Amino acid sequence: MNMVEDKELLRIYRTMLKIRMFEERVAREFRKGDMPGFVHSYIGAEAVSTGICMHLNDDDYISSTHRGHGHCIAKGCTFKDMLAELYGRETGLCKGRGGSMHIADFARGMLGANAIVGGGIALAAGGALAIQTRGEKGVAVTFFGDGACNQGILHETMNLASIWKLPLIFVCENNDWAESTPVSYSTSVTNISARASAYGFPGLTVDAADAIAVYQAAKEAVIRARNEQGPTLIEAKIGRMIGHYLGDPEGYRSKELKEEAKSKDPIPPFESMLIQNEILGKEDLLKTRQEIEKKLDDAVNYAKISPLPNGSAVEAEVYAA
Amino acid sequence: MNNASKRVLSGAAAINETIRQTMEFDRSVIVIGEDIAGGAGLGGKNEGAMGGSFGVTRGLIEQFGPIRVRDTPISEAAIAGIAIGGAAAGLRPIVDMMWSSFTPLAFDQIFNQAAKMRYMFGGQVKVPVVFRMAMGAGLGAAGQHSDTLYSLFTHIPGLKVVVPSSPYDAKGLLTAAVADNNPVLFFEHMGLYGMKEEVPESSYEIPLGDAKIVRDGTDITVIATSMMVNKALDAADQLRERNISIEVIDPRTLSPIDNNKICRSARKTGRVIIVDESPPRCSIAADIAAMVSESTFDSLKAPVKRVTSPHSPVPLSPPLEEAYIPSVQRIIAAAEELTSTS
Repeated sequence: MNMVEDKELLRIYRTMLKIRMFEERVAREFRKGDMPGFVHSYIGAEAVSTGICMHLNDDDYISSTHRGHGHCIAKGCTFKDMLAELYGRETGLCKGRGGSMHIADFARGMLGANAIVGGGIALAAGGALAIQTRGEKGVAVTFFGDGACNQGILHETMNLASIWKLPLIFVCENNDWAESTPVSYSTSVTNISARASAYGFPGLTVDAADAIAVYQAAKEAVIRARNEQGPTLIEAKIGRMIGHYLGDPEGYRSKELKEEAKSKDPIPPFESMLIQNEILGKEDLLKTRQEIEKKLDDAVNYAKISPLPNGSAVEAEVYAA
Repeated sequence: MNNASKRVLSGAAAINETIRQTMEFDRSVIVIGEDIAGGAGLGGKNEGAMGGSFGVTRGLIEQFGPIRVRDTPISEAAIAGIAIGGAAAGLRPIVDMMWSSFTPLAFDQIFNQAAKMRYMFGGQVKVPVVFRMAMGAGLGAAGQHSDTLYSLFTHIPGLKVVVPSSPYDAKGLLTAAVADNNPVLFFEHMGLYGMKEEVPESSYEIPLGDAKIVRDGTDITVIATSMMVNKALDAADQLRERNISIEVIDPRTLSPIDNNKICRSARKTGRVIIVDESPPRCSIAADIAAMVSESTFDSLKAPVKRVTSPHSPVPLSPPLEEAYIPSVQRIIAAAEELTSTS
């Protein structure tokens, strides 16, 4: 039933696994106490950034959220650059000035994580505007959570993107919880994708436990955008397998709801599918994990031995020359 | 220069010419904002287009078309954000915010995004975007259409703030603002649009951070912003008849600010007045007063004085609005007080 080539399936798998293992490692390291700042984990949402970014190049733009590690990895950022940033090191992607919530990689069109809910939506539209103004064939994607769905700037930007037919894809990562507030309480519609119709472009809901479904939805949206047919809203329904931030006691969510969220993990069914179709053997799975873990070991070591910025540089780079 | 080559332009026309020239010079320059074309749906063929609420962007859509002249719906936050993202992606947008009082609708994008992006992201990105806006009391526009607000943005690291006081300066400063690789807020006083003076046709830049000594003097330094520069000059004329010599300085840009030129003058005269059409608290007047006091205390013959608007919104009724705007008489009174006590 799936029309995706084996090679592509392996790329999807490897990217999702990289994100999962990165986040698990970050959680372990964060608990040790020597990583500064706040960290929000992408665990459970791997299929979304992976399925979307698989269709993008370095010339395409994305904007991200406070929960942005998965977007970085899917857009091609390296473990070393990212971990050095999370540890606040001079060798980090942002030279230790941003950290987890403000991580960016402009060389890869990654316009930044954003610690303001909805803050990156119009910025990605700006990327789409630049593409359209220059007459290029690129596409911009803005990732945002269900929490951002009730921010005015999303609605303003959906309208602008529609009237100008911007090559922009709105990707709503709906994990059902804006920090401690459930979508059922905060949002006027059951499916957030329904809101696209108010702005005159297609909206669809996909199951974020199904990486291939996300991949296929993204493929169509990217084709639409590159063919100057305008924006698409993709809502991916995610099980939030973890707390809002690392260390969140989650008193607001019942044990049953947490278990239900965990049942939406996209990785085990994908592994089963690969094995069933004899695309990978069980020993390959183990080998892939070992390879990734080794890269993470190296990256953590690299980050920890990297120099911290000098306090005297606090006013550097406020302005561009 | 002979008379034939002299050309007098209004502030509005000087700004219009500057936008046109920067767009001709650099294809990445675009303009974006509400009503900047008027009837944008007609695809640039709309004769009698509005050209912005004050006609400053008139004619641009005919010359550059709707891809580079983006007339927008009323969505200040998205307009600002899309321009900021566009700047990060290689454009040089000039945003028409219409009125300074509308910037709060876009404040997150200007403050949390534009101002911080370069720093937060470790110097990876340039954000060359200019926000132009009208401001100022005197037209009876009252509470929500008259604020100056430049002090608010001067407080924010990562932004540059420009406050031209004449058509000539407006052209040179806007040219520099568009060429600058940082977010710039460009405040155009309503009084500037109708003001006329000689403005060269060819493009020129006035560097950001270079104050202008508008008049030399020896007894008192008056630092005045925007339309207050002309009031300071009026006051200086009247005070000259009383043998009080006023030096008038226009900072022209508030971020960066030319502290050196201001302090040099303060040391020379030993008396300083700051005239500003804004409420006094946490304002550019307060900032300059603190800076001058810290840096030139030993040279001062009297405390630094401020002549500002009251701590109130801008009122409608003419006598109230008149009371809001610093007057020539108040500047003269402050000068007389300084010279009589020291």
